[in-house]
Amino acid sequence: MTLLKVENINVYYGNIHAIHDVSFEVAEGEIVSLIGANGAGKSTILKTISGLLRTKTGAITFKGENISAAAPHLIVNKGIAHVPEGRRIFLKLTVEENLEMGAYTRRGAEVPEAVEAVFSRFPRLKERRRQVAGTLSGGEQQMLAIGRALMSKPPLMMLDEPSMGLAPLLVEQVFEIIKELNGSGTTILLVEQNASMALSIANRGYVLETGRIALSAPAKELLENDAVRRAYLGS
Amino acid sequence: MSDMTAITTILKQILNGLQSGSIYALIALGYSMVYGIIMLLNFAHGDIIMVGAYLAWLCMVRFALNPALAVAAAVAGCTALGMLIEKAAYTPLRSSPRLSLLITAIGVSYLLENTFQLIFGAGAKTVPPFFNAKNLSFGGVVLSSNAIVTIIAAAVCMALLTLLVQKTKMGKAMRAVSEDMGAAQLMGISINRTISFTFAVGSALAGIGSVLYCTAYPQADPMMGSMLGLKAFVAAVLGGIGSIPGAMIGGLAIGLAEALVSAAGLSTWKDGVVFAILIIVLVVKPTGILGRSLNEKV
Repeated sequence: MTLLKVENINVYYGNIHAIHDVSFEVAEGEIVSLIGANGAGKSTILKTISGLLRTKTGAITFKGENISAAAPHLIVNKGIAHVPEGRRIFLKLTVEENLEMGAYTRRGAEVPEAVEAVFSRFPRLKERRRQVAGTLSGGEQQMLAIGRALMSKPPLMMLDEPSMGLAPLLVEQVFEIIKELNGSGTTILLVEQNASMALSIANRGYVLETGRIALSAPAKELLENDAVRRAYLGS
Repeated sequence: MSDMTAITTILKQILNGLQSGSIYALIALGYSMVYGIIMLLNFAHGDIIMVGAYLAWLCMVRFALNPALAVAAAVAGCTALGMLIEKAAYTPLRSSPRLSLLITAIGVSYLLENTFQLIFGAGAKTVPPFFNAKNLSFGGVVLSSNAIVTIIAAAVCMALLTLLVQKTKMGKAMRAVSEDMGAAQLMGISINRTISFTFAVGSALAGIGSVLYCTAYPQADPMMGSMLGLKAFVAAVLGGIGSIPGAMIGGLAIGLAEALVSAAGLSTWKDGVVFAILIIVLVVKPTGILGRSLNEKV
């Protein structure tokens, strides 16, 4: 079943036409990867889906409902969590407060339960629950960003460059976590510069070039595609 | 002058300083919270105090209501006014350059001052006392009950505000929005509601400040908010604008500085000293005592 459908969207930054007629779909249970060079428009597309940017034309539907005009805080409520580029955790709030913010749309006993669920997934965060997030290491901050997004129990999680700035070992760990999340039922839309890593865990991939979809195929085929290998996989 | 009377004078001046400092602190909190969340120096904030004083006067003199009702009306009226100003004047400029917001704030300030002058005239109205002030004597030191009530009320307000900001869901959302508005939206936090709430809290504190100010200087006049607002602004800058504990410390420091200048027999220099403090802070440490460094905002 199609969970997220993006149809012919056009997005502008002032007069700059950043996204041209982009269409793609994410089916329930999939990991879909958007790859492309710096400035190709990957983050712009995620920001548009979560409502931080607006489409000029085109439609974004989630679970059959058009969300292209909804405010960002309402889109979270509908079940899309966005882990933004650079993590953007609240550095001056404690680890636990960051998680509580992730559950802002939920109430009552659900919140502490969700906090415990994140802590059992990321024990490091539990050790540091009362510490301000600014004191965490890069890897821990990425765990917190993902944990915070999990707090809303999202059917769809969008991750923007989760490997950015992390040591290779941590990168593998992050991708392991993404696979696990997907295994436990979360649909994933993944934006990455690390294309080989992203495609290795994805079901399908889309290649973005200067705001347009240049190619779409199952991830395996993209990994073997000569043009993709030359341009994004460095071989 | 004997040693005893010198000590008594100093104690009294310190108490006076804490009294006006508590009021500055309450007003400075509104400046700082609003700056923390939308980076706006809300120069209309001082005039909200003026409106509070007129509301108290209207209730007690025009409508002959009970003083408790007058206090409630002043605080509620200030809260509503702060939220109205935010919705009508600042929300439409959310994505405009910050200078436009600043100029609008100055415009709102003039609008309030001139509207009240038009309605009530330029002369001052006398606000009757809210309660019977007594002088309390502690071993020869005479303290005014007004000062004590003001200091306690302000301390209670600041403690409650700290609880609100540190412990409640809304308070945490305020801190999240002030750190990263975009990320806060991605959490499902409504920016509009959070900003509106911030203005409400800041203006309610201004309303309380206004009532406390009237216990010390029982007058309402259309221009009273501008000097009071400016001094509270200096207090907010001294403490570190955007910082809540900073506003409290800055307010008390400005109040004490004024009182000590007066105690030294230089009361004509009182205002000058406050603005000298502003200049020194801006030159020496523009981020104030507890302010965040400017490059921290990503």
